[in-house]
Amino acid sequence: MSDALHLEQSPTTGDEVISNYTINFGPQHPAAHGVLRMVMELDGEIIERIDPHIGLLHRGTEKLIEHKTYLQALPYFDRLDYCSPLCMEHSYVLAIEKLLNLEVPIRAQYLRVLFAELTRISNHMLNIGSHVMDVGAMTPNLWVFELREDCMNFFERISGARMHSAWFRPGGVHQDVPLKVLTEIGDWVDTRLPELFGDAMSLVMDNRIFKQRNVDIAIVSKEDAIAWGFSGPMIRAAGLPWDLRKSQPYDVYDRMNFEIPTGTNSDCYDRFMVRVKEVYESAKIIKQCLAEMPEGPICSDDRKVSPPKRGEMKQSMEALIHHFKLYTEGFHVPAGEVYVGTESPKGEFGVYLVSDGSNKPYRCKIRPTAFSHLQAMDFMSKGHMLPDATAILGAIDVVFGECDR
Amino acid sequence: MAEVLHSAPKISSNDGVRDTLASALGDMLVEGFEAHGEIVLHVKRDRVEDALRLLRDDHAYQQLMEMAGVDFPQRAERFEVVYMLLSLTKNHRIIVKCRASEDTPVPTVTTLWPNAGWLEREVFDLYGVIFDGNTDLRRILTDYGFEGHPFRKDFPLTGYIELRYSEDQKRVVYEPVELPQDFRQFDFMSPWEGADYILPGDEKAAEAPPMPTVDKPKVTEKEGDSGSDKTTADKAAEKKAPAKGVPAKKAAAKTSSAKKTPAKKPAAKKASSKKPAGKGKE
Repeated sequence: MSDALHLEQSPTTGDEVISNYTINFGPQHPAAHGVLRMVMELDGEIIERIDPHIGLLHRGTEKLIEHKTYLQALPYFDRLDYCSPLCMEHSYVLAIEKLLNLEVPIRAQYLRVLFAELTRISNHMLNIGSHVMDVGAMTPNLWVFELREDCMNFFERISGARMHSAWFRPGGVHQDVPLKVLTEIGDWVDTRLPELFGDAMSLVMDNRIFKQRNVDIAIVSKEDAIAWGFSGPMIRAAGLPWDLRKSQPYDVYDRMNFEIPTGTNSDCYDRFMVRVKEVYESAKIIKQCLAEMPEGPICSDDRKVSPPKRGEMKQSMEALIHHFKLYTEGFHVPAGEVYVGTESPKGEFGVYLVSDGSNKPYRCKIRPTAFSHLQAMDFMSKGHMLPDATAILGAIDVVFGECDR
Repeated sequence: MAEVLHSAPKISSNDGVRDTLASALGDMLVEGFEAHGEIVLHVKRDRVEDALRLLRDDHAYQQLMEMAGVDFPQRAERFEVVYMLLSLTKNHRIIVKCRASEDTPVPTVTTLWPNAGWLEREVFDLYGVIFDGNTDLRRILTDYGFEGHPFRKDFPLTGYIELRYSEDQKRVVYEPVELPQDFRQFDFMSPWEGADYILPGDEKAAEAPPMPTVDKPKVTEKEGDSGSDKTTADKAAEKKAPAKGVPAKKAAAKTSSAKKTPAKKPAAKKASSKKPAGKGKE
């Protein structure tokens, strides 16, 4: 460190020299992926210490959920990780079903898996695109956003909403999917996705600049990845083939045939490549779902939990009463506590649900994936250059709707 | 649970795990049970760190995935601090918890898992549980300078302070919450199943005087006996006898005239005989 960089001399003690300085990264910074404020201590351009300040998007979701019935609380989950809304709902509905011990019809399980994987593709399109843009490339982001737009259109056609679908319900899904949408998803997975995504990735994967910015950045050992509670692509990039879809299968994931891509070097480039490979694996799962999905009911026929069809309500007094009770009082969930973690595109997304036997959750703790990853930001960035922080952040894949809740 | 019908994540079998861990924890354990497919181990507060170290090192629960606070205001030690552990090698999850109150610190587990730092900060921020040994116990999710612990059950959902941008002062100002309309909490709970209010009218039931206590309950000797005294029984018999005779008809006519009978009944009488009809006109 040369004397020219000494910015400030201590006014009191002549012998104490402060050469490090502190800057704010965010909260309004496009590479901060939302509202993240990082207090960075820099030695020149080298990062010495990072103190991420989160909570700028804290809305008290968990407290709001305590004041809503189980069904009314569901749409809050779309607003957690708004890049992968259906995967957020997945943990919640599975937690309720686990407490109720409720059987879900097989077609509903297939539909959930199908759309959870479509959500994964949609999420990875956003992350891959923005990660690439964070380190300087513009074009691939515009291309993969086309694909994300396609996914959004599919969500709109099945649920009526592009992002906040509220389509997974305790006991199944809300509505059946028209056959035309399923065939178009099949065509899309076969043609448009591999073509456009392949083109976009061919610009990035072997790109010299992209590699210079990502290879050997923020290497995390296997031991550290475990100790820091990593999950999802972050732990897989460290070389651990840990995927909850495989190891703790839920819905019909145990019938699916797919690979778990893992990294070898555990750097930002590996994390990126794990996500790229996962997109192809998700496409494989979607194809299997489309091929194997049977006909049948799409929601549980337990009328104490899932509402009857409109037509049935016009004919049957009992159905009308069930509908009225479900949409006013809601259903009661047996007292107890469960923790359900599923593989969201960003990692393990968990819901710890405590029920007191009433129609409202007593406590609903949400495990955000970003919490442990962002916390590791300090030791991952230590000794790297300031511009590497954006690459590290991009490779973590944070969304503050979920991190701050 | 008898049979698993749900499709939630399937972990390795729970068979015997509770007993193994319970015996390993020994006197650190307060209670261990299995419900809804989850193994829950309730350990002593001051031994939390030892218990979790044992579970991590000897029983291969390598990852601390999550920590949650739960508030039960009616309990003496109102908070529960819940640790969700995951074993990557055994593919198994357990829940470990301990109880705490506002002024009883819980030993930190940042010594075991570095990611416990933020998780403990969150529980401290939202519930006010203190973690002994956590060197960086700052607020994490709430605003800079926030007061109170918002996830406690006695903290109102709307909070106390709201902030807005003031055009006059050209800055963000903090003000007490003012709601144009009360927060509406609808109670749809059925009054037959645990509503915590009294139905309108039910409060009168409590005010009614209690039934007088009788030393010797009055019992009749024969089954046909009504239990009333002799004079009342005789009067009843008198009334019964003439009921079939003329006075009964008279009484009926009287009542009909007194009521200013509608047209139908007199019209019917007209058809049968003229005399009563004339009487009716009077």
